[in-house]
Amino acid sequence: MLRFIVRRLLQVIPTLLLLSVLVFAWLRSLPGGPATAFLGDRATPESVANLERVLGLDQPIPVQYVQFLGRVVTGDFGTSTITGEPVLAEIGRALPATIELSIAALVLAVALGIPLGYLAARKRGGPLDVSTVIGTLVGVAVPVFFLGYILKAVFAVELGLFPPSGRQSVAVDATNVTGFAVLDGLLTREFDASLDALSHLVLPAVALATIPLAVITRITRASVLEVLNADFVRTANSKGLTPGTVRGRHVLRNALLPVSTTIGLQVGLLLAGAVLTERVFVWGGIGTLLADAITLRDYPRLQAILLLGALVYVLVNLLVDLSYAIIDPRVRLS
Amino acid sequence: MTTLLQRKRKRVDDLAGGRSLTQEALRRLRRDPVALTGAAIVGLFVLVAVFAPLIAPYEATQSFPQLQQDLRPGSIPGPQEGFLLGSDQLGRDFFSRLVLASQQTLLVGVLATLIGLVVGMVIGTLAGAFGGWVDTLLMRVTDVLLAIPSLLLAISVAALFASPSQTSVIIAVSIVGVPIFARLLRGSMLAQRDSDHVVAATALGVRRPAVVLRHMLPNAIGPVVVQATLTLATSILDAAALSFLGLGDADPGRAEWGLMLAQAQALLEVRPALALYPAAAIIVIALGFTLLGESLREALDPKGSR
Repeated sequence: MLRFIVRRLLQVIPTLLLLSVLVFAWLRSLPGGPATAFLGDRATPESVANLERVLGLDQPIPVQYVQFLGRVVTGDFGTSTITGEPVLAEIGRALPATIELSIAALVLAVALGIPLGYLAARKRGGPLDVSTVIGTLVGVAVPVFFLGYILKAVFAVELGLFPPSGRQSVAVDATNVTGFAVLDGLLTREFDASLDALSHLVLPAVALATIPLAVITRITRASVLEVLNADFVRTANSKGLTPGTVRGRHVLRNALLPVSTTIGLQVGLLLAGAVLTERVFVWGGIGTLLADAITLRDYPRLQAILLLGALVYVLVNLLVDLSYAIIDPRVRLS
Repeated sequence: MTTLLQRKRKRVDDLAGGRSLTQEALRRLRRDPVALTGAAIVGLFVLVAVFAPLIAPYEATQSFPQLQQDLRPGSIPGPQEGFLLGSDQLGRDFFSRLVLASQQTLLVGVLATLIGLVVGMVIGTLAGAFGGWVDTLLMRVTDVLLAIPSLLLAISVAALFASPSQTSVIIAVSIVGVPIFARLLRGSMLAQRDSDHVVAATALGVRRPAVVLRHMLPNAIGPVVVQATLTLATSILDAAALSFLGLGDADPGRAEWGLMLAQAQALLEVRPALALYPAAAIIVIALGFTLLGESLREALDPKGSR
């Protein structure tokens, strides 16, 4: 087991190195060169020359790459051209908002997707199955940001059930502890603040959850269908196990293996979806940072989010692989 | 050589009930309601795109004084005589723009998919055909590209252009497909490399490029075709997302659904139709390509014939 973990960890290193090379190449090909791009509106010939010296852009390319790597490893992504603040500090502040939203969306997608996919597979060809399959196909065809606006127009503006934007009402006096609004309310026993944060969370989480929900439902359905036809299920049935035991211990357990991988893969989708959803709901997380960075061409911030986004994705998939080895003994042997 | 091959092919076809795998797949597609629905949607949209200049009464950029005089902040003229769906936010005929946009949207989707497909296939073929360090290197690079969430990848590529344009959108969206196509083709090429017919061709003295291009590639292409159909849908959606984030085509006159949708978001309460129609068009065409792709996948899957 330990050897598997170590081997899998070592495999991540070349991926990360190559990623750094790609981001480095990306920096070099920014319009006007990295220095001009990093200075944004403040670029004058003198300041550009100055920054080029500071960034070491007058050095040979390999030396530049090593310096770049050194900066990245120590978390120095430069300062945002919009706010003049260190990019990493900005990201740190915005991160809880995005994590909260992503977790809410993922919980929603998993809690609905697995039962839905399972039920659809068991009643294959029935009305529930057909509508589930159609729903999953339509679900991935709807632009996330458009869905966000529709949810907002219907449930916030028309019906007034949920707040249209933001994470917290101004009227609620919430104490900030961790940056996770719902958790903070629970920690400080300000339950009205938690409730308020939750009601803000509903619409963006639903919008963000649609695509992962569609994907998880489909994979669960396909996986359960395959397992239902497997020999071991027939054996389990024919040796007289109760249907409940067969479903729980044999069908569901085996069918959920591919589903767990899929859930890991959704993290990348969530990050991309968060960029769009956060913009619609003025959420103030990483997505908002990124959207502003695009509008105002804040390259240091763009670079940091790009690199960290990929890093998180790689690490989450590593975790999924490791958990896979725990769930499925066959993985450990090979 | 060819006659031998043809005779052999015929014999295998006869064994399979007189039909080749492709024919078998086509036969299954013709009976599949999902495939037919997808094909009908896509066919309809292609027809509209081809005949758009004939269907649309006006040019996409043409603005009308009689519409513009009724334009107010908070009010956009609705359907009226001569203007089937009313005005857009700049006093242009919304119906004409909606119809003409089919051309641009399909153009963006098809070109982005095609570029991704060609680049991905070159990489996949090289990796699958050569193996060894070429394979390792190319696959490492595609792995890294796959590790970057697709929209982030498209955003970072689009940001490399000093000013956004239709070209930058197409290129940014096409990058997303490259690692997917490369990996897929490489995988199915590898499966071909050790198969009997390839070994036989090599033993017969067929030269390596011919083995790769004539014997391996045609047999390995199935999954790629499926993926390309599905990618057509995601390309159109990704292009719309880029427009929404302000990385879309900067040409205000161009009619393209993603662009129109992004521009109309601010007007959702003034005139929802400006957002709803382009959105509906995007959803339906994306659904059409998805249905077609999914049913193609099932039709080409040999397991499905049982």
